[in-house]
Amino acid sequence: MSLLDLFRSRNKTNTAAIAKERLQILVSHERSTRSGPDFLPELKQELLAVIRKYYPIELDQVKVQLGKQDDCSLLELDIVLPVNVKADVA
Amino acid sequence: MAKVIVVTSGKGGVGKTTTSAAISTGLALRGFKTVVIDFDVGLRNLDLIMGCERRVVYDFVNVIMGDANLNQALIKDKQLENLFILPASQTRDKDALTQEGVEKVLNELKASFDFIVCDSPAGIERGAHLAMYFADEAIVVTNPEVSSVRDSDRMLGLLSSKSRRAETGQSPVKEHLLLTRYSPERVERGEMLSVEDVQEILSIPLLGVIPESQAVLNASNSGRPVILDAESTAGQAYADAVARFLGENVDHRFLTAEKKGFLKRLFGSVA
Repeated sequence: MSLLDLFRSRNKTNTAAIAKERLQILVSHERSTRSGPDFLPELKQELLAVIRKYYPIELDQVKVQLGKQDDCSLLELDIVLPVNVKADVA
Repeated sequence: MAKVIVVTSGKGGVGKTTTSAAISTGLALRGFKTVVIDFDVGLRNLDLIMGCERRVVYDFVNVIMGDANLNQALIKDKQLENLFILPASQTRDKDALTQEGVEKVLNELKASFDFIVCDSPAGIERGAHLAMYFADEAIVVTNPEVSSVRDSDRMLGLLSSKSRRAETGQSPVKEHLLLTRYSPERVERGEMLSVEDVQEILSIPLLGVIPESQAVLNASNSGRPVILDAESTAGQAYADAVARFLGENVDHRFLTAEKKGFLKRLFGSVA
């Protein structure tokens, strides 16, 4: 700290408070996904392989989420199919 | 019954090895027979921090593979009668550590030691997993910085789901937060997460706060665990942490900035 800092530090933003807020949001989000089973990524890959037999889609077009509703677990599949691609059934 | 303690963090460079060296030395100073194991296969460094790098003959992997027995691989500390070091291997084979192998070595050590301190590598790969898998207690080393806190939270998640205690339904691994490189001055200026902030986010009991200190680099330069530097704030803070680990009630120190005189404020710390 020098003479200049004495004046400068007065109107500096409190970055520690920003850090805390960002961490609280992130950590609570990551904790909620952590409780999910390990097989979700694998399930996603296998689903993708099945759908790809019929539609040429990419990994990011498949969303797999495990949520909770009341006392049931809810497996949610969200698959986006491209518009102009005809099913290329072999 | 021997206790297995893992020193872990997820993130690298936060002070795991410094802490492993300090805590194991502290436990030995208190009269407990202690061994500290380097789990960082391929990147051995605990030997340097403990100052025994020139006495490494056999290592952890040699023992697991049966190329050497434990007594050949364990390095006895030069100063402390009841402190031993088991160095990591420098092999590049990442699969050299096996769960069965680690378990066998730990069981053998349990027969003759009070504390087994496992110095985890960074990351969440095999070495880090095996370092924490058999743990009874975990010291989670965290810097007051966003990425370190996030990674610590991730490690806490793994401890409560992927450790043997979790998998076999025993009582959970006892978790301790050790905040390192803490700078009360920067906390007061709003530039650094405070110990209360980090505790609130991670919500595990606080074992200690190690202030940022030049003594830590001096200690690693000379291969002498910083806890032996009783003059330094970091050394004293580690000694306090060891006391708390052993169940003693010790007040936290070095949490507030030292009051600077007028001249020091004007010209900064020149020293």
